Amino acid sequence: MKYIDEFKNPNAAKAILAKIAKLAETLPAGKSINIMEVCGSHTMAIARFAIKELLPSNIDLISGPGCPVCVTDSGYIDAAMKLALRDDVIIATFGDMVNVPGAIEQHHDSLTLAKIRGEGAHVEVCYSPMRAVELAESNPEHEVVFLAIGFETTAAPVVSLVDIAIKKEIGNLSLLTAFKLVPPALEALANDPELNIDAFLSPAHVSAIIGADAYKTFVHKHHTPCVIASFEPVDIIYGIEKIIEQIINKEAFVDNQYKRVVKQKGNIIALKILEKYLETADVAWRGIGVIPQSGMKLRKKYSKYDAEQRFGLQIKPGIPDKRCRCGDVLKGKIKPDKCAMFAEKCTPLNPVGPCMVSSEGACAAWYKYRR
Amino acid sequence: MCLAIPMRIVDTDGVSARVEVEGTSTDANVSLIENPSVGDYVIIHAGFAIEKLDEKEAKNRIALFDELGMTESALLS
Repeated sequence: MKYIDEFKNPNAAKAILAKIAKLAETLPAGKSINIMEVCGSHTMAIARFAIKELLPSNIDLISGPGCPVCVTDSGYIDAAMKLALRDDVIIATFGDMVNVPGAIEQHHDSLTLAKIRGEGAHVEVCYSPMRAVELAESNPEHEVVFLAIGFETTAAPVVSLVDIAIKKEIGNLSLLTAFKLVPPALEALANDPELNIDAFLSPAHVSAIIGADAYKTFVHKHHTPCVIASFEPVDIIYGIEKIIEQIINKEAFVDNQYKRVVKQKGNIIALKILEKYLETADVAWRGIGVIPQSGMKLRKKYSKYDAEQRFGLQIKPGIPDKRCRCGDVLKGKIKPDKCAMFAEKCTPLNPVGPCMVSSEGACAAWYKYRR
Repeated sequence: MCLAIPMRIVDTDGVSARVEVEGTSTDANVSLIENPSVGDYVIIHAGFAIEKLDEKEAKNRIALFDELGMTESALLS
């Protein structure tokens, strides 16, 4: 038993799709259901398994801002690059981040951590934040700065670094934080008058941390169904069926279809560690702007581990490239191929906007699977 | 970014663990989950176990999908 392939049963997918087709036929003529998947891993799975194409024409899936790399502001990237160019600093980061363009340009081309690494900047790619601990211990003469990005899922492992640094008395490790929270983003999307979202397919592993109950307030306030599903294809299709059922029945509740991992109250240990070290803050989302209380920063008590404080950085929200329509893509207002730069000036090898940079970005997924 | 896969704990001291899937194994930090034990399936994300997988719930879901799949095959035959 692996608990992976068992959720790719093609006959079950066919049966659920047949049910969805029947349900969709009962919708009034001209009525369509718009479902936003908030999470980049859902976006990738939906593209990879061509789920959009398998659905009736009156059921539309919209990719939301669901990738923490995509929504990292260019001002943050510029600050990270500034640090990376210092002789006494090693930047430790998840791999996706090295290709995210900052606002600083050189020869009409936005700089990235990958590009400046080629010019000698210290940038180490890590699979696990634990690697930053090893780097700090083996490079006592350097300051190791971890690019602390992520939704709730990733924030818990990353902030564990502070816990470990305190316990092991590691003095040369700090975090440059750009954590984001999912529920405030849902709120901002639901309040956007240009958007017309009927329901949310809620993220699998963010929900594992925050719990199914975390969506309750939002669902009651907006009467918008939230269904939690894993990233396996049959689970996703089943989740979509459950959303359509709620809408047809004029219901709105949190439906946890990923009970094998997601608990009602979430992961208590992870939530405690987040609460201990972090506090909510207004943060900038690339392409969306500042959303109140939608991020997390280290509490003042732990400012020693905050790279922004340690190095006296002032991070200003970046000014987006006017040609880039990632903001509209991230909000689900346009599909990626409606951007004039898509697949022309903006490609995975030479990305302009954040949605093309991350392998889980809506544009990268569209480029790879739907072009 | 939030991709994570179920892996089985084959050895642990309560803080770190050796986790395995299909013969591939790696080290993971298990400090974020309650009472990590050998044999547990855990969800691994960025080198950390972020939650345990409830095998009973997983088996129920597999049974449901198998059942749905069988009705589909019956309709096709």
